[in-house]
Amino acid sequence: MEFSRRDTLALGLGAAALTVLPFRLNAAADDAIAAFTGGADVADGGVTLTAPEIAENGNTVPVSVEAEGATAIMLLASGNPTPGVATFNFGELAGAHAASTRIRLAGTQDVVAIAKMADGSFAKASSTVKVTIGGCGG
Amino acid sequence: MASGVKPRIKAPKKATAGEAVTLKTLISHKMESGQRKNKDGSVIPRSIINRFTCEFNGKSVVDVTMESAISTNPYFEFEAVVPETGELVFTWYDDDGSVYTASKKVAVA
Repeated sequence: MEFSRRDTLALGLGAAALTVLPFRLNAAADDAIAAFTGGADVADGGVTLTAPEIAENGNTVPVSVEAEGATAIMLLASGNPTPGVATFNFGELAGAHAASTRIRLAGTQDVVAIAKMADGSFAKASSTVKVTIGGCGG
Repeated sequence: MASGVKPRIKAPKKATAGEAVTLKTLISHKMESGQRKNKDGSVIPRSIINRFTCEFNGKSVVDVTMESAISTNPYFEFEAVVPETGELVFTWYDDDGSVYTASKKVAVA
């Protein structure tokens, strides 16, 4: 098989794209955010994300989120093999728009909470958690 | 059905009308993430609870979509407004199609 100039160029571009891809570490997390917000702008503030600064065991990291007036809150762990953690949809009888749970973290990373407000806007908060022992098995 | 699945709930028995009560739920489940490998090096398939809902008298309190990053024995703490005497119904949906339910009655004085 002979390579034309066009083929060679295409191959080169493909290879370049492949080498660049791994540096988009949070690509999956960004995609998840885009899927949740539909591409809308996400403002900082309005969400309280409570997570420990240092988690000794990545298998159970307690986190809690609170966003006044939110209809849904999505939690993401940007450094996990699959960044999605959970999405809380608050119903009409929800008391405070807050929830706590325990999550797994593969390593030191940012945990991100994105809240969808009742008026359709979005807000986010993030918190860096240092993980001593990762929680995704080896 | 995964073995040994047992829901546990902490909810108050009494409340005043319109009060926001704190609910704590925990269900024993191994929440296999689909990332771990067994001794042969093959991946252990994912087996998690992927959805949890809480309703009071048929009205939604919270509906949680869960991914594999939720820890073993998923624990949730949240608040619900109790407008009248009724029953809280908690439902967990397993990947394998099993549905686990539990309920608690709350009396409004």
